Amino acid sequence: MQYLVNVIDGRSESGTDEEAAAIDVFNEKLVAGGNWVFAAGLADPTASTVIDGRGDEPVFTDGPFVEAKEWAAGFWIIEAPDLDVALELMAEGSRACNRRLEIRPVLPPPE
Amino acid sequence: MSDVRDALIRAHREEWARVVATLAKRFGNLDTAEDAAAEAFATAAERWPEDGIPPAPGAWLTTTATRKAIDRIRRESTRDARHREAMLVYDTEQEPLGVIDDDRLRLIFICCHPALAMEARIALTLRMVGGLTVPEIANAFFVQDTTMGARITRAKSKITASGIPYRMPAAVDLPARVSGVLAVLFLIFNEGYLASGADTEPVREELTAEAIRLTRMLRGLLPANGEITGMLGLMLLTEARRRARVSPSGELVPLAEQDRALWDAALITEGHDLVRERLASGIAPGRYQLLAAINAVHTDGTATDWTQVVALYDQLARLDPSPIVQLNRAIAVGECDGPDLGLALVDRLADELNGYHPFHAARALLLGRLGRGTEAREAYGAASALAENSAEIAYFERRRLELRS
Repeated sequence: MQYLVNVIDGRSESGTDEEAAAIDVFNEKLVAGGNWVFAAGLADPTASTVIDGRGDEPVFTDGPFVEAKEWAAGFWIIEAPDLDVALELMAEGSRACNRRLEIRPVLPPPE
Repeated sequence: MSDVRDALIRAHREEWARVVATLAKRFGNLDTAEDAAAEAFATAAERWPEDGIPPAPGAWLTTTATRKAIDRIRRESTRDARHREAMLVYDTEQEPLGVIDDDRLRLIFICCHPALAMEARIALTLRMVGGLTVPEIANAFFVQDTTMGARITRAKSKITASGIPYRMPAAVDLPARVSGVLAVLFLIFNEGYLASGADTEPVREELTAEAIRLTRMLRGLLPANGEITGMLGLMLLTEARRRARVSPSGELVPLAEQDRALWDAALITEGHDLVRERLASGIAPGRYQLLAAINAVHTDGTATDWTQVVALYDQLARLDPSPIVQLNRAIAVGECDGPDLGLALVDRLADELNGYHPFHAARALLLGRLGRGTEAREAYGAASALAENSAEIAYFERRRLELRS
Protein backbone atom coordinates (compact mmCIF):
# COMPACT_ATOMS: atom_id res chain seq x y z
CA MET A 1 0.00 0.00 0.00
CA GLN A 2 0.99 3.63 -0.34
CA TYR A 3 1.75 6.00 2.52
CA LEU A 4 1.96 9.77 2.57
CA VAL A 5 4.73 10.91 4.87
CA ASN A 6 4.54 14.53 5.98
CA VAL A 7 7.68 16.22 7.21
CA ILE A 8 6.72 18.15 10.36
CA ASP A 9 8.46 21.49 10.78
CA GLY A 10 8.01 24.64 12.79
CA ARG A 11 10.54 26.95 11.17
CA SER A 12 10.45 28.30 7.61
CA GLU A 13 12.87 27.01 4.98
CA SER A 14 14.98 25.54 7.75
CA GLY A 15 16.68 22.70 5.83
CA THR A 16 20.47 22.65 5.86
CA ASP A 17 22.86 21.44 3.16
CA GLU A 18 23.82 18.48 5.35
CA GLU A 19 20.17 17.52 5.71
CA ALA A 20 19.60 17.83 1.96
CA ALA A 21 22.57 15.54 1.30
CA ALA A 22 21.32 12.97 3.82
CA ILE A 23 17.86 13.09 2.23
CA ASP A 24 19.40 12.43 -1.20
CA VAL A 25 21.16 9.34 0.13
CA PHE A 26 17.95 8.14 1.78
CA ASN A 27 15.93 8.74 -1.40
CA GLU A 28 18.39 6.66 -3.42
CA LYS A 29 17.79 3.86 -0.97
CA LEU A 30 14.02 4.18 -1.40
CA VAL A 31 14.41 4.02 -5.19
CA ALA A 32 16.74 1.00 -4.98
CA GLY A 33 14.31 -0.82 -2.69
CA GLY A 34 11.29 -0.18 -4.91
CA ASN A 35 9.66 1.98 -2.19
CA TRP A 36 9.96 5.32 -3.97
CA VAL A 37 6.84 6.89 -5.45
CA PHE A 38 7.36 10.63 -5.14
CA ALA A 39 8.80 13.22 -2.80
CA ALA A 40 9.11 16.99 -2.68
CA GLY A 41 9.76 19.87 -0.39
CA LEU A 42 7.04 22.46 0.06
CA ALA A 43 7.29 26.23 0.02
CA ASP A 44 6.73 28.06 3.27
CA PRO A 45 3.06 28.02 4.43
CA THR A 46 2.93 31.81 4.04
CA ALA A 47 2.91 31.06 0.32
CA SER A 48 -0.25 28.99 0.52
CA THR A 49 -3.67 30.15 -0.69
CA VAL A 50 -7.04 28.66 0.16
CA ILE A 51 -9.55 28.17 -2.65
CA ASP A 52 -13.26 27.70 -1.94
CA GLY A 53 -14.99 26.85 -5.18
CA ARG A 54 -18.13 25.49 -3.60
CA GLY A 55 -20.19 28.67 -4.09
CA ASP A 56 -21.20 30.52 -7.24
CA GLU A 57 -17.90 32.33 -7.48
CA PRO A 58 -14.61 30.87 -6.28
CA VAL A 59 -13.19 32.64 -3.23
CA PHE A 60 -9.43 32.88 -2.74
CA THR A 61 -7.97 33.65 0.66
CA ASP A 62 -4.61 33.70 2.34
CA GLY A 63 -3.68 30.84 4.67
CA PRO A 64 -4.64 28.76 6.44
CA PHE A 65 -1.47 27.47 8.04
CA VAL A 66 0.31 30.74 8.80
CA GLU A 67 -0.76 30.72 12.43
CA ALA A 68 -0.06 27.04 12.98
CA LYS A 69 2.85 26.04 15.22
CA GLU A 70 3.70 23.11 12.95
CA TRP A 71 3.11 22.36 9.31
CA ALA A 72 4.15 20.05 6.48
CA ALA A 73 7.45 21.26 5.09
CA GLY A 74 7.67 18.47 2.55
CA PHE A 75 6.43 15.00 1.89
CA TRP A 76 7.16 11.56 0.57
CA ILE A 77 4.80 9.12 -1.01
CA ILE A 78 6.19 5.65 -0.51
CA GLU A 79 5.13 2.15 -1.40
CA ALA A 80 5.39 -0.44 1.39
CA PRO A 81 3.70 -3.79 1.98
CA ASP A 82 2.56 -2.83 5.49
CA LEU A 83 2.95 -0.29 8.29
CA ASP A 84 5.87 -2.09 9.95
CA VAL A 85 7.97 -1.86 6.78
CA ALA A 86 6.91 1.76 6.29
CA LEU A 87 7.82 2.64 9.89
CA GLU A 88 11.20 0.99 9.62
CA LEU A 89 12.00 2.87 6.38
CA MET A 90 10.76 6.22 7.59
CA ALA A 91 12.54 5.97 10.95
CA GLU A 92 15.62 6.24 8.76
CA GLY A 93 13.95 9.03 6.76
CA SER A 94 13.36 10.97 9.97
CA ARG A 95 17.04 10.65 10.85
CA ALA A 96 18.05 11.73 7.34
CA CYS A 97 15.92 14.90 7.23
CA ASN A 98 16.33 15.55 10.96
CA ARG A 99 12.60 16.17 11.41
CA ARG A 100 9.61 14.35 12.89
CA LEU A 101 7.40 12.65 10.34
CA GLU A 102 3.70 11.86 10.18
CA ILE A 103 2.81 8.73 8.25
CA ARG A 104 -0.67 8.20 6.80
CA PRO A 105 -2.03 5.54 4.50
CA VAL A 106 -3.16 6.70 1.07
CA LEU A 107 -6.63 5.30 0.40
CA PRO A 108 -6.73 2.84 -2.48
CA PRO A 109 -8.44 4.10 -5.65
CA PRO A 110 -12.17 3.27 -5.89
CA GLU A 111 -12.87 0.05 -7.77
CA MET B 1 -28.35 -28.37 30.98
CA SER B 2 -25.90 -27.13 33.57
CA ASP B 3 -23.24 -29.39 32.01
CA VAL B 4 -23.73 -27.59 28.71
CA ARG B 5 -23.60 -24.21 30.41
CA ASP B 6 -20.38 -25.15 32.20
CA ALA B 7 -18.91 -26.43 28.95
CA LEU B 8 -19.78 -23.15 27.23
CA ILE B 9 -18.28 -21.06 30.02
CA ARG B 10 -15.15 -23.20 30.00
CA ALA B 11 -14.89 -23.05 26.20
CA HIS B 12 -15.22 -19.27 26.29
CA ARG B 13 -12.46 -19.01 28.88
CA GLU B 14 -10.11 -21.48 27.23
CA GLU B 15 -10.84 -21.15 23.53
CA TRP B 16 -11.91 -17.56 22.87
CA ALA B 17 -8.42 -16.17 22.28
CA ARG B 18 -7.39 -19.18 20.21
CA VAL B 19 -10.45 -18.91 17.96
CA VAL B 20 -10.00 -15.14 17.52
CA ALA B 21 -6.25 -15.49 16.92
CA THR B 22 -6.67 -18.27 14.37
CA LEU B 23 -9.28 -16.30 12.44
CA ALA B 24 -7.37 -13.03 12.70
CA LYS B 25 -4.34 -14.68 11.11
CA ARG B 26 -6.40 -16.30 8.40
CA PHE B 27 -8.61 -13.35 7.46
CA GLY B 28 -6.30 -10.50 8.42
CA ASN B 29 -9.08 -8.58 10.13
CA LEU B 30 -9.86 -8.36 13.83
CA ASP B 31 -13.51 -7.41 13.30
CA THR B 32 -14.10 -10.44 11.13
CA ALA B 33 -12.33 -12.63 13.66
CA GLU B 34 -14.21 -11.28 16.66
CA ASP B 35 -17.66 -11.25 15.01
CA ALA B 36 -17.20 -14.79 13.73
CA ALA B 37 -15.98 -16.02 17.12
CA ALA B 38 -19.02 -14.43 18.80
CA GLU B 39 -21.33 -16.04 16.22
CA ALA B 40 -19.69 -19.42 16.78
CA PHE B 41 -20.27 -19.18 20.54
CA ALA B 42 -23.89 -18.13 19.94
CA THR B 43 -24.35 -21.14 17.64
CA ALA B 44 -22.80 -23.38 20.28
CA ALA B 45 -25.29 -22.07 22.84
CA GLU B 46 -28.12 -23.10 20.49
CA ARG B 47 -26.76 -26.38 19.26
CA TRP B 48 -24.93 -27.99 22.16
CA PRO B 49 -28.06 -28.49 24.31
CA GLU B 50 -29.66 -30.36 21.35
CA ASP B 51 -26.68 -32.14 19.80
CA GLY B 52 -24.54 -32.61 22.90
CA ILE B 53 -21.13 -31.13 23.69
CA PRO B 54 -18.70 -31.89 20.84
CA PRO B 55 -15.66 -34.03 21.75
CA ALA B 56 -13.26 -31.20 20.82
CA PRO B 57 -15.08 -27.92 21.61
CA GLY B 58 -12.15 -25.75 20.51
CA ALA B 59 -11.93 -27.34 17.07
CA TRP B 60 -15.74 -27.23 16.72
CA LEU B 61 -15.75 -23.51 17.57
CA THR B 62 -12.85 -22.72 15.20
CA THR B 63 -14.48 -24.62 12.32
CA THR B 64 -17.86 -22.99 12.96
CA ALA B 65 -16.31 -19.53 13.27
CA THR B 66 -14.32 -20.01 10.05
CA ARG B 67 -17.52 -21.00 8.21
CA LYS B 68 -19.34 -17.97 9.64
CA ALA B 69 -16.52 -15.69 8.56
CA ILE B 70 -16.45 -17.10 5.02
CA ASP B 71 -20.24 -16.73 4.74
CA ARG B 72 -20.03 -13.15 5.88
CA ILE B 73 -17.16 -12.30 3.53
CA ARG B 74 -19.08 -13.87 0.61
CA ARG B 75 -22.11 -11.75 1.46
CA GLU B 76 -20.03 -8.61 1.76
CA SER B 77 -17.67 -9.26 -1.15
CA THR B 78 -20.20 -8.01 -3.68
CA ARG B 79 -19.99 -4.69 -1.92
CA ASP B 80 -16.33 -4.76 -1.18
CA ALA B 81 -14.05 -6.69 -3.46
CA ARG B 82 -11.09 -6.03 -1.25
CA HIS B 83 -12.43 -8.43 1.32
CA ARG B 84 -12.60 -11.16 -1.29
CA GLU B 85 -9.06 -10.39 -2.28
CA ALA B 86 -7.90 -10.47 1.33
CA MET B 87 -9.62 -13.76 1.87
CA LEU B 88 -7.98 -15.34 -1.15
CA VAL B 89 -4.59 -14.21 0.06
CA TYR B 90 -5.05 -15.54 3.56
CA ASP B 91 -6.83 -18.66 2.39
CA THR B 92 -4.14 -19.92 0.06
CA GLU B 93 -0.91 -18.55 1.46
CA GLN B 94 0.84 -20.76 3.98
CA GLU B 95 2.36 -18.15 6.23
CA PRO B 96 5.74 -18.90 7.74
CA LEU B 97 5.44 -19.22 11.49
CA GLY B 98 7.91 -16.44 12.22
CA VAL B 99 9.78 -16.19 15.47
CA ILE B 100 6.90 -17.40 17.63
CA ASP B 101 4.46 -20.04 16.54
CA ASP B 102 1.73 -19.18 19.00
CA ASP B 103 -1.30 -17.49 17.47
CA ARG B 104 -2.29 -15.86 20.72
CA LEU B 105 1.09 -14.29 21.30
CA ARG B 106 1.07 -13.06 17.70
CA LEU B 107 -2.33 -11.55 18.40
CA ILE B 108 -0.91 -9.81 21.48
CA PHE B 109 1.88 -8.25 19.44
CA ILE B 110 -0.68 -7.00 16.92
CA CYS B 111 -2.83 -5.57 19.71
CA CYS B 112 0.26 -4.01 21.34
CA HIS B 113 1.53 -2.30 18.18
CA PRO B 114 3.42 0.92 18.96
CA ALA B 115 1.30 2.82 16.42
CA LEU B 116 -1.67 2.41 18.79
CA ALA B 117 -2.14 4.55 21.89
CA MET B 118 -1.15 2.64 25.04
CA GLU B 119 -4.69 2.61 26.45
CA ALA B 120 -6.00 1.28 23.12
CA ARG B 121 -3.36 -1.47 23.15
CA ILE B 122 -4.37 -2.61 26.61
CA ALA B 123 -8.09 -2.45 25.89
CA LEU B 124 -7.72 -4.30 22.62
CA THR B 125 -5.60 -7.05 24.16
CA LEU B 126 -8.04 -7.56 27.01
CA ARG B 127 -10.89 -7.81 24.51
CA MET B 128 -9.26 -9.85 21.75
CA VAL B 129 -6.85 -12.02 23.72
CA GLY B 130 -8.26 -11.99 27.24
CA GLY B 131 -11.83 -12.37 25.98
CA LEU B 132 -13.09 -9.79 28.50
CA THR B 133 -16.34 -8.07 27.68
CA VAL B 134 -16.38 -4.37 26.92
CA PRO B 135 -18.12 -3.58 30.27
CA GLU B 136 -15.46 -5.56 32.16
CA ILE B 137 -12.67 -3.63 30.43
CA ALA B 138 -14.51 -0.33 30.93
CA ASN B 139 -14.74 -1.22 34.61
CA ALA B 140 -11.02 -2.00 34.81
CA PHE B 141 -10.26 1.43 33.36
CA PHE B 142 -12.97 3.40 35.21
CA VAL B 143 -14.59 4.66 32.00
CA GLN B 144 -18.05 4.38 30.45
CA ASP B 145 -18.90 1.27 28.43
CA THR B 146 -19.58 3.42 25.37
CA THR B 147 -16.21 5.15 25.69
CA MET B 148 -14.41 1.84 25.92
CA GLY B 149 -16.42 0.39 23.02
CA ALA B 150 -15.48 3.37 20.86
CA ARG B 151 -11.82 3.08 21.89
CA ILE B 152 -11.69 -0.58 20.87
CA THR B 153 -13.50 0.10 17.60
CA ARG B 154 -11.08 2.93 16.76
CA ALA B 155 -8.08 0.74 17.52
CA LYS B 156 -9.37 -2.02 15.25
CA SER B 157 -10.08 0.46 12.45
CA LYS B 158 -6.59 1.89 12.75
CA ILE B 159 -5.06 -1.57 12.44
CA THR B 160 -6.94 -2.13 9.19
CA ALA B 161 -6.65 1.37 7.76
CA SER B 162 -2.97 1.94 8.53
CA GLY B 163 -1.86 -1.50 7.40
CA ILE B 164 -0.58 -2.97 10.67
CA PRO B 165 0.48 -6.45 9.53
CA TYR B 166 -0.99 -9.70 10.84
CA ARG B 167 2.32 -11.30 11.55
CA MET B 168 4.90 -11.39 14.30
CA PRO B 169 7.30 -8.47 14.37
CA ALA B 170 10.81 -9.37 13.18
CA ALA B 171 13.17 -10.66 15.88
CA VAL B 172 15.07 -7.34 15.90
CA ASP B 173 11.87 -5.42 16.65
CA LEU B 174 10.81 -7.62 19.54
CA PRO B 175 12.72 -6.03 22.45
CA ALA B 176 11.27 -2.59 21.73
CA ARG B 177 7.74 -4.00 21.64
CA VAL B 178 8.13 -5.93 24.87
CA SER B 179 7.53 -3.09 27.33
CA GLY B 180 4.06 -2.47 25.91
CA VAL B 181 3.30 -6.18 25.92
CA LEU B 182 4.43 -6.47 29.56
CA ALA B 183 2.22 -3.55 30.60
CA VAL B 184 -0.70 -5.31 28.97
CA LEU B 185 0.04 -8.69 30.54
CA PHE B 186 0.42 -7.08 33.97
CA LEU B 187 -2.97 -5.43 33.58
CA ILE B 188 -4.58 -8.72 32.65
CA PHE B 189 -2.93 -10.35 35.65
CA ASN B 190 -4.09 -7.59 37.99
CA GLU B 191 -7.63 -7.68 36.68
CA GLY B 192 -7.58 -11.39 37.48
CA TYR B 193 -5.93 -10.99 40.86
CA LEU B 194 -8.12 -8.13 42.02
CA ALA B 195 -11.22 -8.46 39.88
CA SER B 196 -13.18 -5.24 39.74
CA GLY B 197 -16.78 -6.26 39.09
CA ALA B 198 -19.37 -6.39 41.86
CA ASP B 199 -20.84 -9.58 40.40
CA THR B 200 -17.55 -11.28 39.42
CA GLU B 201 -15.51 -13.57 41.63
CA PRO B 202 -12.98 -11.57 43.71
CA VAL B 203 -10.15 -13.51 42.06
CA ARG B 204 -10.40 -14.56 38.42
CA GLU B 205 -8.00 -17.44 38.16
CA GLU B 206 -8.48 -17.81 34.41
CA LEU B 207 -7.02 -14.34 33.85
CA THR B 208 -4.04 -14.73 36.17
CA ALA B 209 -3.33 -18.13 34.63
CA GLU B 210 -3.53 -16.73 31.11
CA ALA B 211 -1.25 -13.80 31.96
CA ILE B 212 1.29 -16.22 33.49
CA ARG B 213 1.08 -18.59 30.51
CA LEU B 214 1.72 -15.78 28.04
CA THR B 215 4.54 -14.31 30.15
CA ARG B 216 6.21 -17.74 30.30
CA MET B 217 6.03 -17.96 26.55
CA LEU B 218 7.49 -14.49 26.16
CA ARG B 219 10.36 -15.42 28.48
CA GLY B 220 11.00 -18.53 26.40
CA LEU B 221 11.39 -16.24 23.41
CA LEU B 222 13.55 -13.54 25.01
CA PRO B 223 15.25 -15.24 27.97
CA ALA B 224 17.86 -12.50 28.32
CA ASN B 225 15.24 -9.78 28.89
CA GLY B 226 15.40 -9.07 32.63
CA GLU B 227 12.05 -7.33 32.82
CA ILE B 228 10.22 -10.33 31.33
CA THR B 229 11.92 -12.56 33.90
CA GLY B 230 11.04 -10.03 36.61
CA MET B 231 7.43 -9.94 35.47
CA LEU B 232 7.17 -13.72 35.56
CA GLY B 233 8.71 -13.80 39.05
CA LEU B 234 6.35 -11.07 40.22
CA MET B 235 3.30 -12.89 38.87
CA LEU B 236 4.32 -16.28 40.28
CA LEU B 237 5.08 -14.91 43.75
CA THR B 238 1.76 -13.07 43.79
CA GLU B 239 -0.17 -16.02 42.39
CA ALA B 240 1.46 -18.33 44.97
CA ARG B 241 -0.49 -16.54 47.73
CA ARG B 242 -3.83 -16.65 45.94
CA ARG B 243 -5.45 -19.44 47.99
CA ALA B 244 -4.59 -17.70 51.27
CA ARG B 245 -5.74 -14.30 50.11
CA VAL B 246 -9.51 -14.66 50.33
CA SER B 247 -11.20 -16.31 53.32
CA PRO B 248 -13.92 -18.97 52.87
CA SER B 249 -16.47 -16.24 53.59
CA GLY B 250 -15.11 -14.18 50.69
CA GLU B 251 -13.13 -11.64 52.67
CA LEU B 252 -9.64 -10.37 51.86
CA VAL B 253 -6.95 -11.70 54.21
CA PRO B 254 -4.01 -9.28 54.56
CA LEU B 255 -0.50 -10.60 54.03
CA ALA B 256 0.45 -10.73 57.72
CA GLU B 257 -2.65 -12.75 58.62
CA GLN B 258 -2.42 -15.24 55.74
CA ASP B 259 -2.04 -18.95 56.46
CA ARG B 260 1.36 -19.59 54.89
CA ALA B 261 0.58 -23.30 54.68
CA LEU B 262 -1.89 -22.40 51.94
CA TRP B 263 0.78 -20.74 49.82
CA ASP B 264 1.92 -22.64 46.75
CA ALA B 265 5.47 -23.74 47.63
CA ALA B 266 6.38 -24.73 44.08
CA LEU B 267 5.45 -21.31 42.67
CA ILE B 268 7.36 -19.58 45.47
CA THR B 269 10.48 -21.64 44.76
CA GLU B 270 10.23 -20.88 41.07
CA GLY B 271 9.65 -17.17 41.74
CA HIS B 272 12.63 -16.98 44.12
CA ASP B 273 14.81 -18.71 41.52
CA LEU B 274 13.85 -16.11 38.93
CA VAL B 275 14.61 -13.22 41.31
CA ARG B 276 18.00 -14.79 42.19
CA GLU B 277 18.75 -15.27 38.51
CA ARG B 278 18.27 -11.54 37.93
CA LEU B 279 20.36 -10.62 41.00
CA ALA B 280 23.16 -12.85 39.75
CA SER B 281 23.12 -11.06 36.37
CA GLY B 282 24.58 -7.96 38.05
CA ILE B 283 22.48 -5.77 35.72
CA ALA B 284 20.55 -2.94 37.37
CA PRO B 285 16.97 -4.13 37.85
CA GLY B 286 13.98 -2.46 36.20
CA ARG B 287 10.55 -1.82 37.66
CA TYR B 288 9.16 -5.34 37.38
CA GLN B 289 12.35 -6.92 38.72
CA LEU B 290 12.17 -4.67 41.79
CA LEU B 291 8.51 -5.54 42.33
CA ALA B 292 9.41 -9.22 42.03
CA ALA B 293 12.21 -8.74 44.57
CA ILE B 294 9.77 -7.08 46.99
CA ASN B 295 7.46 -10.05 46.65
CA ALA B 296 10.39 -12.39 47.17
CA VAL B 297 11.02 -10.68 50.53
CA HIS B 298 7.34 -11.06 51.45
CA THR B 299 7.47 -14.79 50.74
CA ASP B 300 10.84 -15.51 52.35
CA GLY B 301 11.00 -17.09 55.81
CA THR B 302 8.15 -16.77 58.28
CA ALA B 303 7.64 -12.99 58.24
CA THR B 304 8.40 -10.03 55.97
CA ASP B 305 11.72 -8.25 56.50
CA TRP B 306 10.36 -4.71 56.14
CA THR B 307 13.81 -3.07 56.16
CA GLN B 308 14.58 -4.83 52.90
CA VAL B 309 11.19 -3.89 51.49
CA VAL B 310 11.79 -0.19 52.26
CA ALA B 311 15.23 -0.37 50.60
CA LEU B 312 13.70 -1.91 47.47
CA TYR B 313 10.93 0.72 47.38
CA ASP B 314 13.65 3.39 47.64
CA GLN B 315 15.20 1.96 44.47
CA LEU B 316 11.81 1.73 42.78
CA ALA B 317 10.94 5.32 43.69
CA ARG B 318 14.12 6.46 41.94
CA LEU B 319 12.94 4.75 38.71
CA ASP B 320 9.28 5.65 39.13
CA PRO B 321 8.49 8.42 41.63
CA SER B 322 4.72 8.07 41.07
CA PRO B 323 2.37 8.66 44.03
CA ILE B 324 1.36 4.97 44.03
CA VAL B 325 4.97 3.88 44.50
CA GLN B 326 5.31 6.54 47.23
CA LEU B 327 2.22 5.14 48.94
CA ASN B 328 3.59 1.60 48.96
CA ARG B 329 6.89 2.85 50.25
CA ALA B 330 5.08 4.77 53.03
CA ILE B 331 3.23 1.60 54.07
CA ALA B 332 6.55 -0.25 54.30
CA VAL B 333 8.02 2.63 56.33
CA GLY B 334 5.00 2.38 58.64
CA GLU B 335 5.78 -1.31 59.25
CA CYS B 336 9.47 -0.61 59.72
CA ASP B 337 9.70 2.65 61.63
CA GLY B 338 6.27 2.99 63.25
CA PRO B 339 2.75 3.98 62.19
CA ASP B 340 3.23 7.69 62.94
CA LEU B 341 6.09 7.99 60.42
CA GLY B 342 4.15 5.93 57.88
CA LEU B 343 1.03 8.06 58.31
CA ALA B 344 2.97 11.31 57.86
CA LEU B 345 4.25 10.03 54.49
CA VAL B 346 0.82 8.71 53.45
CA ASP B 347 -0.93 11.98 54.33
CA ARG B 348 1.38 13.91 52.01
CA LEU B 349 -0.18 12.04 49.08
CA ALA B 350 -3.76 13.09 49.89
CA ASP B 351 -4.19 15.50 46.96
CA GLU B 352 -3.04 13.02 44.36
CA LEU B 353 -4.56 9.82 45.73
CA ASN B 354 -7.84 10.94 47.25
CA GLY B 355 -9.79 8.86 44.73
CA TYR B 356 -7.62 5.74 45.09
CA HIS B 357 -8.97 3.26 47.63
CA PRO B 358 -5.61 1.78 48.77
CA PHE B 359 -4.68 5.28 49.97
CA HIS B 360 -7.68 5.30 52.35
CA ALA B 361 -7.06 1.68 53.34
CA ALA B 362 -3.43 2.49 54.25
CA ARG B 363 -4.54 5.51 56.27
CA ALA B 364 -7.20 3.45 58.04
CA LEU B 365 -4.70 0.79 59.06
CA LEU B 366 -2.16 3.31 60.36
CA LEU B 367 -4.80 5.43 62.16
CA GLY B 368 -6.15 2.24 63.79
CA ARG B 369 -2.69 1.35 65.07
CA LEU B 370 -2.30 4.84 66.48
CA GLY B 371 -5.59 4.43 68.38
CA ARG B 372 -7.39 7.13 66.36
CA GLY B 373 -10.55 5.02 66.01
CA THR B 374 -13.00 7.60 64.66
CA GLU B 375 -10.67 8.70 61.87
CA ALA B 376 -9.76 5.08 61.11
CA ARG B 377 -13.47 4.21 60.76
CA GLU B 378 -13.98 7.10 58.37
CA ALA B 379 -10.98 6.03 56.30
CA TYR B 380 -12.25 2.43 56.07
CA GLY B 381 -15.59 3.82 54.95
CA ALA B 382 -13.88 5.86 52.22
CA ALA B 383 -11.82 2.83 51.11
CA SER B 384 -14.88 0.63 50.99
CA ALA B 385 -16.89 3.19 48.99
CA LEU B 386 -14.15 3.46 46.37
CA ALA B 387 -13.17 -0.23 46.19
CA GLU B 388 -14.48 -2.47 43.42
CA ASN B 389 -13.34 -5.87 44.61
CA SER B 390 -15.90 -7.74 46.74
CA ALA B 391 -13.28 -9.36 49.02
CA GLU B 392 -11.65 -6.01 49.72
CA ILE B 393 -14.99 -4.36 50.47
CA ALA B 394 -15.92 -7.18 52.88
CA TYR B 395 -12.60 -6.77 54.68
CA PHE B 396 -12.87 -2.96 54.98
CA GLU B 397 -16.43 -3.25 56.29
CA ARG B 398 -15.48 -5.77 58.97
CA ARG B 399 -12.55 -3.64 60.14
CA ARG B 400 -14.79 -0.59 60.25
CA LEU B 401 -17.38 -2.43 62.38
CA GLU B 402 -14.70 -3.81 64.72
CA LEU B 403 -13.49 -0.30 65.40
CA ARG B 404 -17.01 0.72 66.28
CA SER B 405 -17.42 -1.87 69.02
